[in-house]
Amino acid sequence: MKNISASNPAEDQAKEQASKLSVYVSSSPHVHSTEDVPWIMRQVIYALIPGALVGVYFFGIPALKVIVVGMVSCVVIEALWQKLTGNPITIKDGSAALTGLLLAMNLPSGAPWWLVVIGSLVAITIAKQFFGGIGNNPFNPALVGRVFLLISFPVAMTTWPEPRSFFSQAADAATGATPLGALKTAIFEHGTITAAPGMNLMDPFLGNVGGSLGEISALALILGGIYLIARRIITWHIPVVYIATVAVLTGILWLINPDVYANPAFHLVAGGLMLGAFFMATDMVTSPITNMGKVIFAIGCGAITVVIRLWGGYPEGVSFAILIMNAFVPLINRATKPTKFGVVR
Amino acid sequence: MKTFKGGIHPPEEKQLVKDNPIVDFPLSSRYHVLVQQHLGAPAKPTVKAGDEVKKGQVLSEPLGFVSVPVHAPTSGRVKEIGKIVHPVTGLLAPCVVIDADGCDEWAEGLPLERDPFAMSREELLNVIKTAGVVGMGGATFPTHVKLSPPKDKTIDTFIVNGAECEPYLSSDHRLMLEEPDRVLKGARVIMKVLGLERAVIAIEANKPDAIKLMWEKAPAEIQVEALKVKYPQGAEKQLINALTGREVPSGGLPMDVGAVVQNAGTCAAVWDACARGIPLIERITSVTGRGIVQPKNIRVRVGTLLGEVIDFCGGLNGAAKIIYGGPMMGIAQFTQDISIMKGTSGVLVLREQDTNITAYSACISCGRCVEACPMGLIPSVLSKLGEKGMFQKAVENNLLDCVECGSCTYVCPANRPIVHFVKHLKALSRAASAKK
Repeated sequence: MKNISASNPAEDQAKEQASKLSVYVSSSPHVHSTEDVPWIMRQVIYALIPGALVGVYFFGIPALKVIVVGMVSCVVIEALWQKLTGNPITIKDGSAALTGLLLAMNLPSGAPWWLVVIGSLVAITIAKQFFGGIGNNPFNPALVGRVFLLISFPVAMTTWPEPRSFFSQAADAATGATPLGALKTAIFEHGTITAAPGMNLMDPFLGNVGGSLGEISALALILGGIYLIARRIITWHIPVVYIATVAVLTGILWLINPDVYANPAFHLVAGGLMLGAFFMATDMVTSPITNMGKVIFAIGCGAITVVIRLWGGYPEGVSFAILIMNAFVPLINRATKPTKFGVVR
Repeated sequence: MKTFKGGIHPPEEKQLVKDNPIVDFPLSSRYHVLVQQHLGAPAKPTVKAGDEVKKGQVLSEPLGFVSVPVHAPTSGRVKEIGKIVHPVTGLLAPCVVIDADGCDEWAEGLPLERDPFAMSREELLNVIKTAGVVGMGGATFPTHVKLSPPKDKTIDTFIVNGAECEPYLSSDHRLMLEEPDRVLKGARVIMKVLGLERAVIAIEANKPDAIKLMWEKAPAEIQVEALKVKYPQGAEKQLINALTGREVPSGGLPMDVGAVVQNAGTCAAVWDACARGIPLIERITSVTGRGIVQPKNIRVRVGTLLGEVIDFCGGLNGAAKIIYGGPMMGIAQFTQDISIMKGTSGVLVLREQDTNITAYSACISCGRCVEACPMGLIPSVLSKLGEKGMFQKAVENNLLDCVECGSCTYVCPANRPIVHFVKHLKALSRAASAKK
């Protein structure tokens, strides 16, 4: 029999001392998944590596420079902003580095360093911190940065160096058109696309085309996207529905008039669709929270992308489409609340 | 395998204690029996300082239907009606302090032998109430109330809950393995009370030995059902949904869909009460976690001090959190000077690296909480409203449907204490409606 009887005050006091505990007290639950925000951001960065490597392979050191400047400037600008405004510095969450990488991948490899820095400045301060920092920005910061640059510096933003093997990079690379740009030019000049050059599918699938340094290889981006889905960072809803919407809409138009509208396979591999569908539209903060909402959001992205590509002034519409749909996210979230348990359906 | 929608897969961690046979906790010299160990109306002590009490003797009188008495865990003398920290509220609460005389002598006529199946439904319900039986899974709702559905509710399903979906804990598992007859016979008594011919005993598939044993032992009218391993599989509403496909209506009770759920431990307590007249004075508790030196499953008297239990299990080792219950829904304690209660299914001691004490950050709207929520809510919205104390808006967003299972909080990558915000909002909402 165990005896811890304590009937006199001295013993009581000793017992009290002995039982003084130094422990944490908080609400349940007391255990937590190891997958935190920095882990998620790291996974997305890992998933972007194949696309970035293809960019560096075809565009050489300038592409690498844009990536490094983008990532470093975003992190530094976020830290500086938070220091100046007296807020806690949150660069360790990895979101600024990811924004920098995404911005860089949406820029031409020939972008000068100051252009990248301006893009970072807009992305981090105006698009992200003005709204309250991570989690509170309604629009995808990297896309806001990119679109700001596209509108403000149209020439620099549409000067596309020609892709070449990393091992045969010339000092001053020639520039050319993107596949979608060539298409648009052909339509403007001839009214049909039959004269458009470079309409093969294999080059844009592998990445041997002009374009933003991170968007050129559909294959590399799909690999990264599959990684994100397998890691359960994103669900299939946005990329699959987005891509399917573009395929269906361009497919219908192509069947109606293949002289004016390019075939859907070309629309899938050309331009920024894969980068947008797997990495930009899936940004958690700026996309709907439920799977149903994601489907609606992705259909909207796909439809607007097709409208801009086929009838808009710009050859490519992915960035605008995602930004426009970002604005609808609060409405979509409101309309797609899950049915709670215990309600007669 | 049957299951429900939503939920999470935290590490099970049951290996620490699941193979340790139940050991009897030795008799203590003093017990602190909390008067309020159940959910519902209070009870009032019926003994006073100096009274001699025998093991199993009533110590309190329930005030109201939804209330039960507590009983002396051993024989001895009442030292005082004192106060001790209540593990659920964290506040000082009345308790009967008993100095044991070491004889551990039963009250007169106990334990008795009788055939519960020869007793009437009313007699059985009365015995269950006077024996102080409450839900032993942790919620501690008086069992006789759950077994007395109003006349307009037809009960057609009785489920014995052996899911034990909380990580770490193995008390129900050990009970089913070592004393299956108490569980099954108690279940049959409850079937009689409910007037049912059939019952289901539901066990998560991570306890194959218990499933096999129950399969062998269970009479034909009790069906054994293996459930997918997923938290919170053992939550009442999710369990009913998994087994029957029915959804307990929002704001309703299991009886609204014709179901009654009783924990395996509760069934055993019902058997003791009805067949042997033994009130609920002891229970099986898993003392586990990496912060305790020797994890054990103990049969411990209600009223035993936590400090003694910890000493019996080799003491603490780098303890950062001491929890009554499991890691998902258990309550963190700030002192060892609290006593074991009827609902203490586990004492979990976590080290700093086993628990989660980092700061939280802004919601990134990843939607993981929405996927995890078994109740179909949007926990991220509730957590944002919680930060601002906006309880009315939270009620509009189904605050009151939250069962506080913690799945959302477990998966939140921003580490947001969503359950904490929900509890805070519910308290604000209660306070506001009390004012009206």
